[in-house]
Amino acid sequence: MNFPILSVITFTPIVAGILILLLPAQRKNEARAVALMAATFALILSFWMYFSYDQAAAGYQFVEKYNWLPALGISLHFGVDGISAPLVLLTGVVMFTGVLISWGDDNPHVMAGIQDRPREFFAFLFILASGVFGVFVSLDLFMLFFFYEIAVFPMYLLIAIWGWIQTREYAAMKLTLYLFVGSVVSLVGVLVMYWTQYQNTGVLSFDMLAMENAGFSQTFQNIWFLPVFLGFAVLGGIWPFHNWSPDGHVAAPTAVSMFHAGVLMKLGAFAALRVGIMLLPEGAKTWSWLIMTFAAIAVVYGAYIAFVQSDFKYMVGFSSVSHMGLVMLGFSTLNREGLLGSGVQMFSHGVMTALFFAVVGMIYDRAHTREIPELGGMAKVMPFASVGFIIGGLVSMGMPLFSGFVAEFPIFMGVWQVRWLVAVIASVSIVITAAYIMRNIRQVFFGSMPEKLEGHITDITVLDKVAITMLCLLMILIGWFPRLMVPLVQTGVDNILRLLGGA
Amino acid sequence: MFTSTMFASILPEILILVLGILILIVEPFWKEEKRRNVGWLTTGGLLAAMVVSFLFARPGEPTATLGGMVRFDWLGFFFKMLFMFAGAATALLFMDNEKIGHRGEAYLLLLASLLGMNLMAVSADLVMLYLSIETTSIPLYILSGFMLADDKSTEAGFKYLLFGAMTSAFMLYGFSLVFGFTGTTDLYELAELFKAGNLPLTAALGVLALILVGLGFKTSFVPFHFWAPDVYEGAPTPVSGFLSTASKAAGFAVLVRLFFVAFPDFGVSWTVTLAIVAAVTMTVGNLLTLQQTNIKRLLAYSSIAHAGYTLIGVVALSQLGATSVVFYLAAYILTNLLAFGIVMAFSRVTGLEDIKDYAGLSRRSPWLALMMLAAFLSLAGMPPFGGFVAKVFVFAAGVEAGYVWLVFVGIVNSIVGVYYYLNVLKYVYLYRMPNEDEENLPIPLTRPYAIALTVLAVGVILIGTVFAPWFSWSGAAALNLF
Repeated sequence: MNFPILSVITFTPIVAGILILLLPAQRKNEARAVALMAATFALILSFWMYFSYDQAAAGYQFVEKYNWLPALGISLHFGVDGISAPLVLLTGVVMFTGVLISWGDDNPHVMAGIQDRPREFFAFLFILASGVFGVFVSLDLFMLFFFYEIAVFPMYLLIAIWGWIQTREYAAMKLTLYLFVGSVVSLVGVLVMYWTQYQNTGVLSFDMLAMENAGFSQTFQNIWFLPVFLGFAVLGGIWPFHNWSPDGHVAAPTAVSMFHAGVLMKLGAFAALRVGIMLLPEGAKTWSWLIMTFAAIAVVYGAYIAFVQSDFKYMVGFSSVSHMGLVMLGFSTLNREGLLGSGVQMFSHGVMTALFFAVVGMIYDRAHTREIPELGGMAKVMPFASVGFIIGGLVSMGMPLFSGFVAEFPIFMGVWQVRWLVAVIASVSIVITAAYIMRNIRQVFFGSMPEKLEGHITDITVLDKVAITMLCLLMILIGWFPRLMVPLVQTGVDNILRLLGGA
Repeated sequence: MFTSTMFASILPEILILVLGILILIVEPFWKEEKRRNVGWLTTGGLLAAMVVSFLFARPGEPTATLGGMVRFDWLGFFFKMLFMFAGAATALLFMDNEKIGHRGEAYLLLLASLLGMNLMAVSADLVMLYLSIETTSIPLYILSGFMLADDKSTEAGFKYLLFGAMTSAFMLYGFSLVFGFTGTTDLYELAELFKAGNLPLTAALGVLALILVGLGFKTSFVPFHFWAPDVYEGAPTPVSGFLSTASKAAGFAVLVRLFFVAFPDFGVSWTVTLAIVAAVTMTVGNLLTLQQTNIKRLLAYSSIAHAGYTLIGVVALSQLGATSVVFYLAAYILTNLLAFGIVMAFSRVTGLEDIKDYAGLSRRSPWLALMMLAAFLSLAGMPPFGGFVAKVFVFAAGVEAGYVWLVFVGIVNSIVGVYYYLNVLKYVYLYRMPNEDEENLPIPLTRPYAIALTVLAVGVILIGTVFAPWFSWSGAAALNLF
């Protein structure tokens, strides 16, 4: 038996979360230290897993299987492929940087990060992280669901307790209900798939690898693809069900926004891909036009709404909708280029948006405003954060030599092959994105600092710098050396194409 | 001839009776201020009875004993264990409630009703069934009205009595009609008669409806739910907890046995009716819960909704359906007892029962708040707590039986549930007390509460994560129905 790396990665956060809860409430630094240790451990394991994935062998690797409830065919079945391996790494990265950023600065002028009840904060955040890891590595539908729901509920508390005071209650409840509605609709679909498989093959199993051969009929797939796919895609922020997401992003505390936009939305997209497209491929072919329409609208509309925001964080929130729209757009092509691009985009956007939210959080903690016109001149006082944001901006615009280009270019190639007009329309978003990113960089970082803020703004902490460096390095590395990720994702895409039949 | 099987089949009840007599003897000799220790005795005695029964009185093949009055099988045994566990936990929760726990009679009444519940779970004869239902109910009427000086409690006891008397009269009428039509009161003989098709369908359905009235009262599904919120609110909180868990589960134990064994053959006509009842129960329960401001009333209404979810498993009328019902009840008993236990612990210290009074709880007592989180998220059906798995199983059974619409009603309702349960947690975690200095006052837990709540919370998590053993026990129990 090899080292069970995936279950160790998955359960490390939750065990650490319980340990943190056992500490006395006033031991804030100890809670943070335990959190950081656990996050580092998970990060190292994620990297190790990522680089020791055997691309030549492809398929699901590091597979572990324990029977959990044989009577119903539920097993704890873990494994990663070319699509999920980058996402596990992404989760490790965001978790690690999230802890660094939440450490904060308890200087009374700044009070950045999490100062109120950090013990509970890290415990809930880590329960969430375990849920996220669990979804990415689960090959069993029941367990996927189990972890998916675990990832949803801590969100409510994290936003409602530590969020932005003005909208947190509303946003947290809205988010939770949206996601819960989505997930239970998918649940019904999954249960129907489960029993239909039983009727077709006589196998009682939630195993997704078995379900690939369940022989669902064309009609069945046509009916159930949409509920299953859209139910999960709600969490991926698909238009017209994206409404919860900017509100949630804005209300959440920095680390949670990073998690939320960086990882959680990938969770929805990933589950929609794994359960919707991979298990109901014929249904996906039938409905790909609809998904493509939704995605194209999300891409352009999200970018446009981001453009007109005056609130910095809302801007980033809507840009996430736009970029997640690109992921969905790639899915909807159902061809090699589109899926490949989506796979990379999930990682690239995760890192990029985590960086954005981190920087926005740092600025807000110090300036106590997020209104773009009221900000300015940040490059002088926090140069490091500014460089980070600019790099993130370049990724966001899809500049060559950054990871965004590696991701978005194939997506547009893929869309062009299917419907060139959609590609043309969607590409408008690149222009809009460039416009709002440039405008913000100019105003927030290089404009003149308003008098009100003069002298109040301090530089970010060392831990913040470590986090930013790490996120930037990842994006640049992938931009320069796409071979670090593209061939890996390629193996995952090959598997999807096999299920879609030929190609 | 009294054989060892007969003895084994009612060993738990004998032990409960012995325990009750022991309490009667011991209690008068204890000083007034030591009377609460009867609680330790009750809990310890019940746990010992569980262990002894498990060691010496496990059922084998299902058999009819005591002249066909009692069915000795896993279904009954599993429910008995559940009830006795709930009883033990309730006795602990009694102890530090001055109005109820410092008087020996309360424990005696608890044991008496427990005895009735145990017999409900194994009754295989209509006469026995009726007797055991009454044995369960009468002590509970008294317990509900136990706080004589409290108007609400008296009202609760009286309301419960009136409702109970009326519905059980309906049920008794139904039983007598069955006897009139068939000449037998034995459930398993009745099943044979139904299979042979010797009964007019309309008569059978009419009888069924009458019996449903009685059981509907016990399990509080719509439209026989009116008593529940008032009684739960007025009765002493530990009693409400017991009413909403063990007593309800006992109703379900009878329901599944009656419906799966005696009435399965003309399946379609009653399952559809029951499906509609389930849908209405969930919906009404949840909609009424939405407007509650008192936490006991909230739990009361939500327990109506939970009866609706459980009914989905009954409607499915399959092996998985029965298993999921048993599993759901196990998870629900643990969860709801935990929720009521927290409410008790809180109101014992503060004397308050409104949802808004829970503001700042997570700052006052982080651990109590965490347990409340576990209980309410489990009620809402979130993992890794018992409620999630239970709901998935019930829904899975519904989908298997082709009731996709009912499952959709179920999920829409669970969304509503998530809303109001989270709303309570919002007070616990988010809002602060009007006077922030008071947040430094923790809510001290006395030892019985600490023990009971910890055990229940661990149970709620265990049943939601390591669900395989629970599922196979429920499955073994459900197997006896087929």
